[in-house]
Amino acid sequence: MSPAEPDDAEVQKYYEELKREIESIGYHLNPDEEFTKSLLKNILLNKGRYGYESCPCRLASGIKEEDLDIICPCYYRDPDLEEYGACYCGLYVSGDILSGKKKLTYLPERRPGPDERVAKEGTYNIEYDNKLKGLSLPVWRCKVCGYLCAREGAPEICPICKAEKERFEMFI
Amino acid sequence: MPMEHVEGNDKGKVVLYALSTCGWCKKTKELLKELEVEFSYIYVDLLEGEERTNIIEQVKKFNKQLSFPTLVIDDKKTIVGFNEDGIKEALA
Repeated sequence: MSPAEPDDAEVQKYYEELKREIESIGYHLNPDEEFTKSLLKNILLNKGRYGYESCPCRLASGIKEEDLDIICPCYYRDPDLEEYGACYCGLYVSGDILSGKKKLTYLPERRPGPDERVAKEGTYNIEYDNKLKGLSLPVWRCKVCGYLCAREGAPEICPICKAEKERFEMFI
Repeated sequence: MPMEHVEGNDKGKVVLYALSTCGWCKKTKELLKELEVEFSYIYVDLLEGEERTNIIEQVKKFNKQLSFPTLVIDDKKTIVGFNEDGIKEALA
């Protein structure tokens, strides 16, 4: 049940790699290093627990398919950055928060509750099947960063944010 | 896993449903300690089996979105999230 806590060296390595990677594509980590590292430590802890980097601020089910939306970075990061200047955990922040122009506060949860999530799934494919008509190729969308590509299938890994194939949706 | 109890001034029944990994939950817990309020807390992510199912149902009654932290005062008032002012006001 409780795998070993990640040590400081591991957290430091993760912090440095992630920071480099996300800054190269225009994102920022929270400049409060202590807060950020404690979140990263808990993401690593969740990876050990569940096998995937589940959001530390949300309750993981332990079933990857059910938690695809909350693997960090989650599907809600970009809309929350847009609206509140930070992701739900406060791990990712906007330029305004980074520069101190805006203050980071707790933000409301955008992820639908468990009952709503179940109800939503059924309506999904029919809509997209209809849209597909008339195109030579389907268009795939990365649900993490919004990257779009027209090809037979979604890429193995998102070339922008490195999200896995299963986190793509058929967009058109 | 029973609820953990923190001693303090009696402001009614104060229960914090939290995640052991969450930054805002940690801040909420620290705030309650700072306010010297008597409260109980439970880390829902560390529960298993029936206990987990039961507590989840309990939290959903107060907050159907099942987000954390969820603070419940006297089984009536619910404060979702690290709402510093709301918590201070409710426990003044």
